Amino acid sequence: MTDVLAVADHRRGELRDVSYEIITAGRQLADETGGDLHLAVISGTVDEFAEKLNREGVDAIHTVSHGEEFNHDVYSQAITQLYDDLAPQFVVTPNSVNGLDYAPAVANELDLPIVTDTVDLETDGETLIATREMYGGKVETTNELEGDAIVTIRGAEWPAAEGTGDAAIEAFEADIDEDAVGSTVSGFEEVGGGDVDISEAELLVSIGRGIEEEENLDLIRDLADTLDATLSSSRPIVDNGWLPKNRQVGQSGKVVTPDVYIAIGISGAVQHVAGMKGSDTIVAINTDPNAPIMDIADYAIVDDLFDVVPELIEEFEG
Amino acid sequence: MKILVTVKEVATVEDEFEIDGTEIAEQYLGADLNEWDDYAIEEAVQLQEDGIADEVVTVTIGPEDCEQTIRQALAKGADRAVRVWDDTLEDVDLLDVNAKTEILSAVIEEEDPDLVLSGVQAGDDSFAATGVSVAENIGFQWGAVVNHLEHDLDDGIASVRRELEGGVEELTDIELPAVLTIQTGINEPRYASLRGIRQAQQKPMDVKALADIGVDESTIETELELTDMYEPESESDVTTWEGSADETASELGDLLRDKGVAQ
Repeated sequence: MTDVLAVADHRRGELRDVSYEIITAGRQLADETGGDLHLAVISGTVDEFAEKLNREGVDAIHTVSHGEEFNHDVYSQAITQLYDDLAPQFVVTPNSVNGLDYAPAVANELDLPIVTDTVDLETDGETLIATREMYGGKVETTNELEGDAIVTIRGAEWPAAEGTGDAAIEAFEADIDEDAVGSTVSGFEEVGGGDVDISEAELLVSIGRGIEEEENLDLIRDLADTLDATLSSSRPIVDNGWLPKNRQVGQSGKVVTPDVYIAIGISGAVQHVAGMKGSDTIVAINTDPNAPIMDIADYAIVDDLFDVVPELIEEFEG
Repeated sequence: MKILVTVKEVATVEDEFEIDGTEIAEQYLGADLNEWDDYAIEEAVQLQEDGIADEVVTVTIGPEDCEQTIRQALAKGADRAVRVWDDTLEDVDLLDVNAKTEILSAVIEEEDPDLVLSGVQAGDDSFAATGVSVAENIGFQWGAVVNHLEHDLDDGIASVRRELEGGVEELTDIELPAVLTIQTGINEPRYASLRGIRQAQQKPMDVKALADIGVDESTIETELELTDMYEPESESDVTTWEGSADETASELGDLLRDKGVAQ
């Protein structure tokens, strides 16, 4: 039991980036255990996906043709059967919304420990050392476990696998029990259309939890007006209903790439950073000098936004 | 119908803190109701107000100290609470998903709800896996990362939206009984009213040990061992502008002019 089974992610006919990253993570583990890297791709145009996934380091690709889109019951059954067939030491899945919709179920079904949202993995063949964050990224932890396990990996932590591989591509005849499928996807919807496309803006003034109260948002609106900038926000502002969804920057919102991104009162959770790290210049205004946003900011003002923002407005009005 | 909501008291950490072994030193820690669970409670209470739920019960794994947090959930409208704790859990650094699954499953099987609502993740350990693991364990259906729930639940179906990455939502019908993991933003959690807070003191809270719910200590042995905790190495090469607010604002103003994005 030294092999690794990694599971690809796709949506609406497209493989997601993490599918290539998972090859790198899986290959690394397989090298450390001295085993093979097996890849599973389930549902959708699996043959087409398998060709694209056949990159350097993959030993075998198992295609499970069943339905077009993700269904957690189908995934759970297929992975459980692949596990029984291949007996890998580790199953690696993306820590994506869909990964989190099947990996814990597979772990429970197979009676394996699960460690989620890992940012680094290492094994000597017996003990797995997984690195993950706690307390919203304030600390990093190492966690150890013995034996077989399921791990989910955070996106963009491992580089995408490249090159062309010579993996054996095989159809895996999973025996899917339709009676056990208890949920049905009826469609998809893009959210956050509307009047403004924040992904087109050159200058974004973005606000987070630090604004504290909804009425304080007027101050940031004034700033955006004065600078002729576009107003965006981190998730909590949208959750509170203070700004519409089309203003949300992050993993579940929009990805933005402005010339300048001014992050005001935003701590910089990984989900937010995923949406704005491609900005040309990042400026953070935050009272906490250790906030994660400082790791990716080019410039910082460690001060109270309620002191700094009025001064900035005055500078451009005056 | 009966709704069970998993409620966790999470540790909160001050901006500046020190680490003591594999824990954050106690003086830098606070405690709060897990943010995601707050939305789950609100969703359940709204279902009750809509006449769909007859009873909302909360379940918490935690020591006596967390009763204050459980009372918050009761003050917001839950009818009663179950708290599970055991001396054997006292020294565990990190209760892993399997251990939580065993405990919560035992309570759910005893309570036999139609719907279980659980926060997507906990703000402290961030596993984001327990709800789905529990569902599989007890043979319920499930949906992860739900940010909209139709409140009619006609024909034993929960029509939900799951929040995928990149501003896409998936519309899914899920057969009941089910566990839904609730994403922030699904509703607007209420503040507890003074009346609610007073009433919460009178609401029943059952305290149970592992033996009371038929869970053997050996089945909750945590397989994942927390071995180290440290502050992430900063890769920052940030230029921090020093000075008074008008000085730093002026630096930022110069940058914006230099970049040609503001005049």
